[in-house]
Amino acid sequence: MSKKDERSIDPVSQQMLGVAEKGGYSTAWDRWEAMQPQCGFGRLGVCCRICNMGPCRIDPFGEGPQVGVCGADADTIAARNLVRMIAAGTAAHSDHGRDVAHTVLMTARGEAEGYAIKDEVKLKALAEEYGIDTSLKDKSTLAEEVAEKAFSEFGQQHGELAFLKRAPEKQRRNWREQNVVPRGVDREVVEIMHASTMGVGNDYKDILRIGTKAALADGWGGSMIATDLSDVLFGSPQPIRARLNLGILKKDEVNIIVHGHEPTLSEMIVVASRDPELLKLAKEKGANGITLGGICCTANEILMRHGIPIAGDFLQQELAILTGAVDAMVVDVQCIMPGLTSLAGCFHTKLVTTSVKARFPENGSVEHIQFDEQHALEGAKRIVRTAIENFPNRKQDSVVIPSEKETSNLIGGFTAENTYHFLGGRYRATYRPLNNAIIEGRIRGLAGVVGCCNPNIKHNFAHTEMVKELLRHDVLVVQTGCSAIACAKAGLLAPEGAAYAGKGLREVCEAVGIPPVLHVGSCVDNSRILIALCNVVKEGGVGESLDEIPVAGAAPEWMSEKAIAIGFYVVASGVFTVFGTPMPVMGSEKVSAYMTGGMEADYGAKFAFEPDPIKAAHLMIDHINQKREALKLRPMLNEPEAAVQMAAVAG
Amino acid sequence: MKGMIIVHVDKCNACKSCEIACAVEHSVSKDLHQAIHEDPTPRARVAVEKGVNFSVPLQCRQCANAPCIALCPTDALYRADPDSPILLDEEKCIGCNWCVLACPFGVIYLDEERKVVFKCDQCSQRVQRGELPACVSACPTGALMFKMLEEIPKERRNAYLVEIAECLTGGGV
Repeated sequence: MSKKDERSIDPVSQQMLGVAEKGGYSTAWDRWEAMQPQCGFGRLGVCCRICNMGPCRIDPFGEGPQVGVCGADADTIAARNLVRMIAAGTAAHSDHGRDVAHTVLMTARGEAEGYAIKDEVKLKALAEEYGIDTSLKDKSTLAEEVAEKAFSEFGQQHGELAFLKRAPEKQRRNWREQNVVPRGVDREVVEIMHASTMGVGNDYKDILRIGTKAALADGWGGSMIATDLSDVLFGSPQPIRARLNLGILKKDEVNIIVHGHEPTLSEMIVVASRDPELLKLAKEKGANGITLGGICCTANEILMRHGIPIAGDFLQQELAILTGAVDAMVVDVQCIMPGLTSLAGCFHTKLVTTSVKARFPENGSVEHIQFDEQHALEGAKRIVRTAIENFPNRKQDSVVIPSEKETSNLIGGFTAENTYHFLGGRYRATYRPLNNAIIEGRIRGLAGVVGCCNPNIKHNFAHTEMVKELLRHDVLVVQTGCSAIACAKAGLLAPEGAAYAGKGLREVCEAVGIPPVLHVGSCVDNSRILIALCNVVKEGGVGESLDEIPVAGAAPEWMSEKAIAIGFYVVASGVFTVFGTPMPVMGSEKVSAYMTGGMEADYGAKFAFEPDPIKAAHLMIDHINQKREALKLRPMLNEPEAAVQMAAVAG
Repeated sequence: MKGMIIVHVDKCNACKSCEIACAVEHSVSKDLHQAIHEDPTPRARVAVEKGVNFSVPLQCRQCANAPCIALCPTDALYRADPDSPILLDEEKCIGCNWCVLACPFGVIYLDEERKVVFKCDQCSQRVQRGELPACVSACPTGALMFKMLEEIPKERRNAYLVEIAECLTGGGV
């Protein structure tokens, strides 16, 4: 098998990897290989760099030092390192939520250009939830008060985050008993940094407790605020058709890629790309139009709301530039590889940075156009104009755009709220068909397969193999982030994906008219999964609390610290979650044992680490079966034929 | 007695402390913070490589019948006595790279700045002072060890005697 075929299962990515190899361009895959072997102390989590008495290493073979200079053992060291990763993940998601809240606030005050409050129904519901009197208040006033309240949750010092009330009583009791009720978003991140610095926390379990608290401040706080206020500002998604993969780029149009996370930017780029004056300018430059494609979560945001095509996932960001057809890659925050700068320099592509938090050194290929809400549309138009003016610079003979035939179709736009409608129908908003299908044994249970891509696992292989195995066992899958993009490439998020589903799941999909895998959005939209599960509980018959529902989560190709924060808030909310390669805790017997065992007694759920996607899928299926049995649900109507289990070749 | 750098592969954690220590030891300042800024750049003579499910630091085997010495056209590569490591006389080295090509382990390298080759010298000066080679000292797991060649078969024979003894007391053959 050639290198490109070993690195990815996606034919489009393979083609572009071939271009990279031929042209001698370095990609994340090459850099990952050059980094081998990677340091075992780091991977095991037993390298401590927290103070100047170090850096310290615990010898995992037991002969060298077993404690650092200060006396911290492997358990303390691994726990401290891990919770700092949770702090970073929580901070990233929560800053995103903060920015959306800020934009809503400015929009309400008429200070933001180009934005409008699009979902008044959700706005009103949020206001009521926040205890704001909605009578006689107009849209702007309500929006201002809701945004102020959401904003205040970031700096809150006591009490608890408002959305925790959405969770079932059992989860809230667990959180009270474990002392992990988050008081305010920023406070819990600060507490992690404090508890994990030199000479503070020395009890691994308590350090993890503080980390879990911050993770909950992400899932039920920062991320959930991001999701809900994005719906208010940009509209709540409805099921929508779209296409994806690099073949969406066009030879004869200006190609703009939006990459990063915050819809406050990408929504404005969408508007600007449709501006008649800019379209006229594009024609003048010789292009037939403007094509917009997204990468990573911002792609998912504009897919969910507008059906904008997705160019690719995290690992395809360099491959996009390698097409030679990207006139501008517009980036904001998170998951943006520094390697893009040198690669853009090899092509005509302009890398446009837009965020005060994510600066790249400017050079001929990197330009900073600061984005701010007050001049949002103006800024977006300036960015689009930069792309249009770069179109004539395309080196036509180095343009390699994968064939349009290799783009895939998907349906995105599923949310916890619109589930009521597509399941129940226009006249009866309900989750009952879903719950019944689970009770009757048509659907075995639910799975959330989410997360990033990583060159340490064959690109897209673990996502697609896991999801196919789950579908085969009649598990309805919901997805977010790059995992959704990966599986969409394999056709699993289109109605035709039902061909991979077992009989029971296929019947439900055909009856309701949904794909077997539902795209529920970006990574902050993992909060939608929490709400959907709460709705399942409320509908009844499938568990009185989140930990009783036949559901499991997975992040088979995780890369980011954000994934760790998500994992912790999902597990702490009662959902068993499998990560692919282990988190950096295996050098501590106690930390890894707690996360994969003891944690269940505290939260009703635990982690598992399993890089083989089929084995991981079966951990989830077994778990779902156990929950079915505990609920005394009917036996499954169908079981898949005893197929030879694939020995997953991760390459 | 002939010294050998040996590796317990199952203890190598790929931290590359050996590589850093080797480069620092072969710098002018012998101090990490200064060494990284020296010109010419100090170079490590040991390389940690990845195999399937293991990693291992590889360096000169100090072959008794060394292809590099046999091929060197200027006699730059030599050993002081049969027990000493193979050393390089930089004055004589012309950088022809025959030794680089001849070495079956791939552990001789060309220094393009200085136009001579370099390889592991077992930190001969440290050893003469009664110290261990820098990589062995630096290894945090004890994967790298420095032993006298004659010790190793002796250790194995002793270990085997223990096995025989256990067989006998266990009512064996």
